[in-house]
Amino acid sequence: MTDTVLPGASAGAQNRDQVRKSLTRRHRNEALFRWAGILSIAAALGFVAILFGMILSKGLPSFWQSTVHVEAYFDPELIEGGPRPELADFPSQADYQEAVNKWQRAVTLSNWNRIVETALRAEAPDFEIESRDLLELVNSAARFQLRDMYFANSDVLGQTVPVSILASANTDNWLKGTINRDAPDDRQQLAATTRALADQFEANGTISFDFAWHIFTNVDSRSAPATAGLAGAFMGSLYMMIVVIVLAVPIGVASAVYLEEFAPKNRLTDLIEVNINNLAAVPSIVFGLLGAAVFINYLGLPRSAPLVGGLVLTLMTLPTIIIATRAALRAVPPSLRQAALGLGASHNQTVFHHVLPMTYPGVLTATIIGVAQALGETAPLLLIGMSAFIANIPAGPLDSATALPVQIYLWQGNENRNFFEARTSAAIIVLLGLMLLLNAIAIFLRSRLEKRA
Amino acid sequence: MNALVIAALLLVLLTVSYQVGWSRSRKLADGKDTRLHSRPIYHGVLAALFAVLPAIVILGLWALFSQSVTNSFILAQLPAEVAQQQPFEVQAAISRVQAIASGYGVIGEPTPAEAAAASAYASFQQLSFLGVIAAAAALGAGGLFWAQRRIAPRLRARSEVEVFVRLALIACSTVAILTTLGIVLSLLSDALRFFSFINPLDFFFGTTWNPRFQSTGSGSAGEYGLLPLLWGTVMISIIAMLVAVPIGLMSAIYLSQYAHERVRGVVKPIIEILAGIPTIVYGFFALVTVGPFLSGLGDLVGIDIRATSALTAGIVMGIMIIPFISSLSDDILGQVPRAMRDGSLGLGATQSETIRKVLLPAALPGVVGAVLLAVSRAIGETMIVVLAAGNSPVLRANPAEPTSTVTVSIVNQLTGDADFTSPQSLVAFALGLTLFAMTLLLNVLALYIVRKFREQYE
Repeated sequence: MTDTVLPGASAGAQNRDQVRKSLTRRHRNEALFRWAGILSIAAALGFVAILFGMILSKGLPSFWQSTVHVEAYFDPELIEGGPRPELADFPSQADYQEAVNKWQRAVTLSNWNRIVETALRAEAPDFEIESRDLLELVNSAARFQLRDMYFANSDVLGQTVPVSILASANTDNWLKGTINRDAPDDRQQLAATTRALADQFEANGTISFDFAWHIFTNVDSRSAPATAGLAGAFMGSLYMMIVVIVLAVPIGVASAVYLEEFAPKNRLTDLIEVNINNLAAVPSIVFGLLGAAVFINYLGLPRSAPLVGGLVLTLMTLPTIIIATRAALRAVPPSLRQAALGLGASHNQTVFHHVLPMTYPGVLTATIIGVAQALGETAPLLLIGMSAFIANIPAGPLDSATALPVQIYLWQGNENRNFFEARTSAAIIVLLGLMLLLNAIAIFLRSRLEKRA
Repeated sequence: MNALVIAALLLVLLTVSYQVGWSRSRKLADGKDTRLHSRPIYHGVLAALFAVLPAIVILGLWALFSQSVTNSFILAQLPAEVAQQQPFEVQAAISRVQAIASGYGVIGEPTPAEAAAASAYASFQQLSFLGVIAAAAALGAGGLFWAQRRIAPRLRARSEVEVFVRLALIACSTVAILTTLGIVLSLLSDALRFFSFINPLDFFFGTTWNPRFQSTGSGSAGEYGLLPLLWGTVMISIIAMLVAVPIGLMSAIYLSQYAHERVRGVVKPIIEILAGIPTIVYGFFALVTVGPFLSGLGDLVGIDIRATSALTAGIVMGIMIIPFISSLSDDILGQVPRAMRDGSLGLGATQSETIRKVLLPAALPGVVGAVLLAVSRAIGETMIVVLAAGNSPVLRANPAEPTSTVTVSIVNQLTGDADFTSPQSLVAFALGLTLFAMTLLLNVLALYIVRKFREQYE
């Protein structure tokens, strides 16, 4: 007995020994593995934090822009064209219009820069500065701002009116310190006197950092970068999203309904199915090539038009909506269909009156995910000419336009790096904010719809 | 104006025919013993379909063919020798006549022939528009008349409407097929036109990428070697995978096997935020933050790393792909049967041993599929590389140097004024075709592997 047990026992003891010895190593490996997991999660979260930290820290200051508050004197000596023509003085509307046009031309030709200059000098009477350097302080569209004020209300002639003028992009850089303030004169964008005046203005409160509403109301500008805004790109994106929603949702839902509820299982429907799965993974730039070749070159639709952009994005979004709607349809319990059919509803009635309404929350979420994806897409839009510089707000989906992500692309490439790095980040904040809003709406609507269902 | 007239016509047809179908079928059933087969709503819809569809068909045909009809009409008005000129001269002559007719005028005095053609064209324009509208209205009225004659208690209006609905559904689901067809045909045809300029062998196996600008080239078409671009693409994808696969996979493992439910509920959505950020934002991030950081780091350890390089683009692309890998792997790990895990743990393996020796081998095909999908996404990614890869299409092995990719070259060649006739812009389609074929192959393979994996455990 003992003979047979002993070797076994010693082998067992040996094994236990071995196991005990290896346990330390195994536990160390376990801890290492666990730490690797924690580290990768930390890395992923760290990337999110760095990304958002970078964008917010760069972009948020850009929403408060240096603005010069001056008293502008609408000098009758300088403003030409005399008083605005009155309608009563003219025999017909046409004559009046002609006189107004003539007056506006004359007014435009007046020396508005002098008025800007005088207003600026009034804030720092003892400061010696050349006019050219002085005008560098404010954005180059300041003279048009005053002129438009005068067009809107010509009663200000001969009066002194408080005006807020945006400082130039270079002044803004200098005051915010986004360029090296210690760099030598030949490396600075502004003359030494202009910089000194900007500092003095900031100290005496003539320049303050005001909320830059114009980011939302102005269009892109090259001549006066300080006034560049997102309104044009926003409208372009809006038109495209309307096209996407109007086309992609009905078509996507209809094909999902057909494939899930009606289609017989045969080669053709298999083909459609494989197709949709593949389309979902085709690179977006290929859709841009399709748009350039088919919509623009073959069908002759206008370049840079939100309509074409919307069509391209529709084709790109379709698979997302189809796949999600099909998943939602599959989740509807079969008993619902059986009950409806059993009560004598036709196949169509069953689907459209009973099954489809159950999927609305899912379809809604899919739509918003698809639209958010389309909203952020850039590459295909570059290929259909939406990266052109457009200086007005598009009035319809056939006008030339650009889109928010493309505007980001254009701004990051601007020569005035210091200013546009911040402005680009601001545009990114706006874009991400819109996406966040879309998702919040989706969550809100979804919870309401689900509560009702 | 025209659009308004057309919309008004369609709207009137729609309301009138629906109303007629609805009220007539109701009258049939009112106060008598006859029962309608279908509810009046369906009769109304059927009548509306019969009235509006023919009108829409006519208007659609006109929209398709009006251009060519108009052109041939104008050409017929002009002297015969005009039509024998080059196509672009013919087109110019036609647009001239149209400009005269529009009243905006043209440069130079219009010739008598042009003036005559223009006035003929103006009246033709009016007549044809009126004709089309009249035809559409007449057909619509005819359809309505026929539809209301058919209205009877036994008419299976609902079934007929349902057939229409079914057809509409089928038409919608063919859009996906048409899209693929459109992609393949447009890429193929333009790529073939490109290959009529450049030998395909020079394209696929060339090692120099130097498409000269059309304006500077004196007959020289430039060199279009795909290999530098392909190498750049592959290098960036490899770097991206080196970043994304370990981090994504390990996060998925930790979140699904170790993490507390509450931690998982917070961390998972935060990581998935990365998936929703537009790629242009990643590109900007790479350009402004990651690039300078890497080149600073390189200075510190004495390696020359350029701010825009394959490394910068690859790392940022990896960050972008992390949520893609982690959520796919999460799904796949969740599909491995619990019994396998419990068995391993019960035999005394530690948790990490269970994961490494049991879970991962079981989930391997699925994970490979996920990685392949991620690679196909990395290959097709555009904006990050446009901004951060440095756009230098030279064959180099060093990832710290700038490089270029297939997608970047597509953007460079087709942005600007594309005229679709020069190899400089047509090459974009050959590149697109290559890209499409590569991603298609990867996707099909990945979907096949993932599907096989799912079947294994079902």
